[in-house]
Amino acid sequence: MNKAMDLVSPAGNLPSLKAAVDNGANAVYFGFKDDTNARHFAGLNFSPVKIAEGIRYARQRGVKVFLALNTYPQPSGWQRWQRAVDQAAELEVDAVIAADLGLLDYAANRYPTLNLHLSVQGSATNYEALTFYRERFGIRRAVLPRVLSLSQVEHVVSNTEVEIEVFGFGSLCVMVEGRCILSSYATGLSPNTFGACSPASHVEWRETAAGLQTRLGGVLIETYRSGENAGYPTLCKGSFCVAGNRYHALEEPTSLNTLELLPSLQRAGVRAIKIEGRQRSPVYVAQVTRVWRAALDACREDPENYRPQADWMAELGKVSEGTQTTLGAYSRPWQ
Amino acid sequence: MSNQLRLSLGPILYYWARDDVFEFYRRIADTAVDIVYLGETVCSKRNLVRTDDWLEVAEHLAAAGKEVVLSTLALLEAESELIRLRRICDNGEFLVEANDMGAVQLMRGRPFVTGHSVNIYNEYTLRLLAQEGLKRWVFPIELPAETLVEMQAACPAGVETEVLVYGRLPLAYSARCFTARAHNLPKDDCQYRCLDYPDGLMLTAQDDTRFLVLNGIQTQSAHTCNLVLELERMRQLQVDVLRISPQARHTDRIIEIFHRCINGGLALEEGRQQLECLMPVGGCDGYWHGGAGMLATQSHAPVMTEN
Repeated sequence: MNKAMDLVSPAGNLPSLKAAVDNGANAVYFGFKDDTNARHFAGLNFSPVKIAEGIRYARQRGVKVFLALNTYPQPSGWQRWQRAVDQAAELEVDAVIAADLGLLDYAANRYPTLNLHLSVQGSATNYEALTFYRERFGIRRAVLPRVLSLSQVEHVVSNTEVEIEVFGFGSLCVMVEGRCILSSYATGLSPNTFGACSPASHVEWRETAAGLQTRLGGVLIETYRSGENAGYPTLCKGSFCVAGNRYHALEEPTSLNTLELLPSLQRAGVRAIKIEGRQRSPVYVAQVTRVWRAALDACREDPENYRPQADWMAELGKVSEGTQTTLGAYSRPWQ
Repeated sequence: MSNQLRLSLGPILYYWARDDVFEFYRRIADTAVDIVYLGETVCSKRNLVRTDDWLEVAEHLAAAGKEVVLSTLALLEAESELIRLRRICDNGEFLVEANDMGAVQLMRGRPFVTGHSVNIYNEYTLRLLAQEGLKRWVFPIELPAETLVEMQAACPAGVETEVLVYGRLPLAYSARCFTARAHNLPKDDCQYRCLDYPDGLMLTAQDDTRFLVLNGIQTQSAHTCNLVLELERMRQLQVDVLRISPQARHTDRIIEIFHRCINGGLALEEGRQQLECLMPVGGCDGYWHGGAGMLATQSHAPVMTEN
């Protein structure tokens, strides 16, 4: 008999944290207001005061709190990351989500009772890699990159003692996380070094005769005709030309949605489903958490007869990037 | 007395015909390169040259006086890939380059090299991997010289540092094959289209700026990283090995230019100009100087105005 899967929801600020807790998350994840986490966006994340308030709110309602310290410190910034681990231990968070080997080592040695989760930024796609992190740092859980097919996820789960968390919904990274530097190639700033992909500081919007152009680091990412909905110029979701054809050469603007895979993921022994979107609004967090709570409950109670309900799909469709969803790499044909 | 810079040749990142691979390494045996990395690092479907063939090439190169390192896949997903990886790790003769933490796990306790897709961003990570058997590491592509200064100051004894100084930059890996996608083919039926693009498939922005190169599941820069003007600084930083990444044409000439620049037989600026003529598109060096990777801060052919 497989255990029920936990729902791990994003909290970019206190209202989002409360929305996640109130709508049925089993755990929330958040970060500090700096480049120690991979959603380092202006106006987002938690000051030490707010984080304590958020932790209280979650704890009183039986919801766990995970702190993301999942960027890669360089020597000049090391002290800041180390301090962040110290703060996490003081706050007694339920887990620190980290990627960097040096930081995991510090946390494991300095705070042996602190739970460690390997971040998706740790880029572990196979059980041999997970064994390294478990033996060396005692990680309890790992978040898998969004590059594995369903059968590959099953294979990883059945060959590791580490709990596995997978992404269920939200913006889709097309590239294996933690090893994608497209963003810094165009802007100098990447998720690894700065905690943001395609950072807003390097985005330009330009009205031209051809339409509204969006650029990242000066590179033309997309052109919208008048009346078209303009999206954020994430580098891998742009329209480019290859061999004379203009198309979304890497990926369309789309969101990952794995509602229909829930019974398979549960059967495989996946321990938790993660919702992407710390940069999104409290309304998004509330809507998505509510739908996924209902879906996970339905799947736990009767996996054989579980079907994603039309109103769930419609609700999620409304908050998806480009209002379309995909199974991503879980489905072989996508690859 | 400054240390002696050695030259390495990275693994072939593209999918070349079998005979082309053998012919390529026959020529490499006669070049001034000191270290040769061999093997498939991008896609496990590329099977024209198999593990046994690579070992044979390795023997030939070793006989020609080269230090040979067997490179491994960067993105390990399937059990079949782990099986092949274990065989390479257990080869018993040649050093292994781990390009994923899965390979690091298999090499623990034995000497190994890490490629640029193993994230070593600080001295703590470097020391930790040194305890596991790390003998040489490749400096991450996106980090600046400033960071290398600090890393070198803390680099453990017995660990060598290697920097990519010439080649298109590997920027990302995906489950999706972008070359197959460009041909409206699924990855499982890719028809080995990578064979048609010995330097990768060009991706341009809508304004015709040459931006990226699709190489199967790997995405590369269209521009070629070139740090030949930084050779003195590499020496000062006590970098041990300079890596050149193979391209379909002129690789032996590129090695020769670097070799002459290192030995003082060619002025660095002259070397830069000669190399510029051998690149598929043009040069870039932004990462090393702390900016966007695509920038060409020391080149006369800035990226954004080129067509």
